[in-house]
Amino acid sequence: MREAIASGRFIITGEVAPPKGCHLEHMVEEAEHYRGLVAGVNVTDIQSSVMRAGSLVGCLKLKEAGLPPVLQVTCRDRNRLSLQSELLSACALGITDVLCLTGDYTTLGDHPQAKPVFDLDSVSLLRAAKRLTTGKDMAFYPDRKNPGQFIDGETLDGDPPDFCLGCVVNPGAVPVEPQIYKLLKKIEAGAEFCQTQAVYEPGKFEEFMTKLGEVPIPILAGIVVLKSPMMARYMNENVAGVTVPQWMMEELADKETRVAKSIAMSAKLVSELKPMCQGVHMMPLGWDKHVPTILQQAGVLQ
Amino acid sequence: MIASKKKPLEEILGYLQDAQSVFIVGCGDCATQCETGGETEVAQMKQALEAAGKTVTGTAVPDVTCNILDTARLLRKQKEAVAAAEAILVLSCGTGVQSVAESQESKPVYPGVDSLFSAVTARKGQIYERCVCCSDCVVGDYAGICPMARCPKGQLHGPCGGYDDGKCEVDRNQSCVWTLILERAEKTGQLERVLEHMGAAGVKDYQANRHPAELVFEPRRAGRL
Ligand code: SF4
Ligand code: SF4
Repeated sequence: MREAIASGRFIITGEVAPPKGCHLEHMVEEAEHYRGLVAGVNVTDIQSSVMRAGSLVGCLKLKEAGLPPVLQVTCRDRNRLSLQSELLSACALGITDVLCLTGDYTTLGDHPQAKPVFDLDSVSLLRAAKRLTTGKDMAFYPDRKNPGQFIDGETLDGDPPDFCLGCVVNPGAVPVEPQIYKLLKKIEAGAEFCQTQAVYEPGKFEEFMTKLGEVPIPILAGIVVLKSPMMARYMNENVAGVTVPQWMMEELADKETRVAKSIAMSAKLVSELKPMCQGVHMMPLGWDKHVPTILQQAGVLQ
Repeated sequence: MIASKKKPLEEILGYLQDAQSVFIVGCGDCATQCETGGETEVAQMKQALEAAGKTVTGTAVPDVTCNILDTARLLRKQKEAVAAAEAILVLSCGTGVQSVAESQESKPVYPGVDSLFSAVTARKGQIYERCVCCSDCVVGDYAGICPMARCPKGQLHGPCGGYDDGKCEVDRNQSCVWTLILERAEKTGQLERVLEHMGAAGVKDYQANRHPAELVFEPRRAGRL
């Protein structure tokens, strides 16, 4: 990711989700469609709190296939010991692009009885990851040798990891100010790029970007490819801050032309958003094969 | 206070399946306010158990059942009735149940209610959680509203991305605590302080929250239970 950010080019990232099962071949096949087009492919971390294979193993599979993985890490299922350990493990596998999230709440998924952890949140996770890059962890405990003193950070063995850290923001949240405050905190904490929740209304996104003002990191607008009017209605009802306009639902009404229209709409959206932000994050939810066409039609491929 | 709700009668009868005779203890404080273990509910439980064929040897509603000494004293006054029972059913929070258990060494004790949370009462019958006793109160940095207790994710650095129209992702009928904090901070002139802290908040020290916690005034430690 860091190379793409430094290049100043329009940044494109993609996203795949590991399956509920131990065969990741299909996930890698989906990610194949991103080959050569994107700076990174996010591998989701038990998204929507639905139990499945983990992000780290998904990232490893992508890496083995020669694709650039972005590890997603949420705070829902792990405490600070486990989160830092996960980050070290990732680095040991050569995976250093990391998206830090708080994570959806447990009751939204398929194991609603699970104990939610949330020992850290997105900001403190970013800080912890950043601290690891300085060669120290979050350890803080009384120094036995020097009573009254504290050990503030244990030193890591060997060269410290070098992470390129990312964060998320929901530009459609109402009210939006708290999102902006928090994004600024994430940047302070060490985020180097930001991917947004799904955007469907360029006008509203522009308002968000104006309110946000200049920030030193690239903002990648989230593109969730609409597959059907049903999916659009679901998103309107269930995804906070996301409004799919009526006309988009109508466009998708005819089954025959649906795929072509969906591609055209996404492409138009990407090209309209392009002047407002520094990149797009594609979340095709299984329609990965259409991403190259979308990007081509949008005119963002170099 | 500790909020509580009644357990289903079947569950209670399950506990009492080996006990033909029962003594019922309520609580004059929290369980009375929550209408789970006051005089009324204790009388209702007596009726229900009798209807199920049990013998109720006696009942007692201590002022504050979680006070071990006072509760033990009250039960001593009804020694025979307690002794005649094969089990004690306690309609109070879990601390009350264990308070009774500590003084009744050889008698099985069963809970008749579920403890929910430490609570405030807005008005009668409107009981809310406001504090999870995190052992290190930080509401001073959040305009007097606790993000530990009132955000399901305990977010200390500002809201997650899931709120909608100021409502929480986890329960759309509840306000996202962060909209409450920021709204109130604006009114109290503490907005700047809150925003600054949103960034500076560290991580919680869960050592302070280890169970079982205790608070023992030093001179009394020697005589503790
Ligand atoms: S910060 Fe919240 S949970 Fe902690 S003591 Fe204060 S009110 Fe209670
Ligand atoms: S919506 Fe607000 S209250 Fe609900 S989990 Fe997110 S930050 Fe916490």
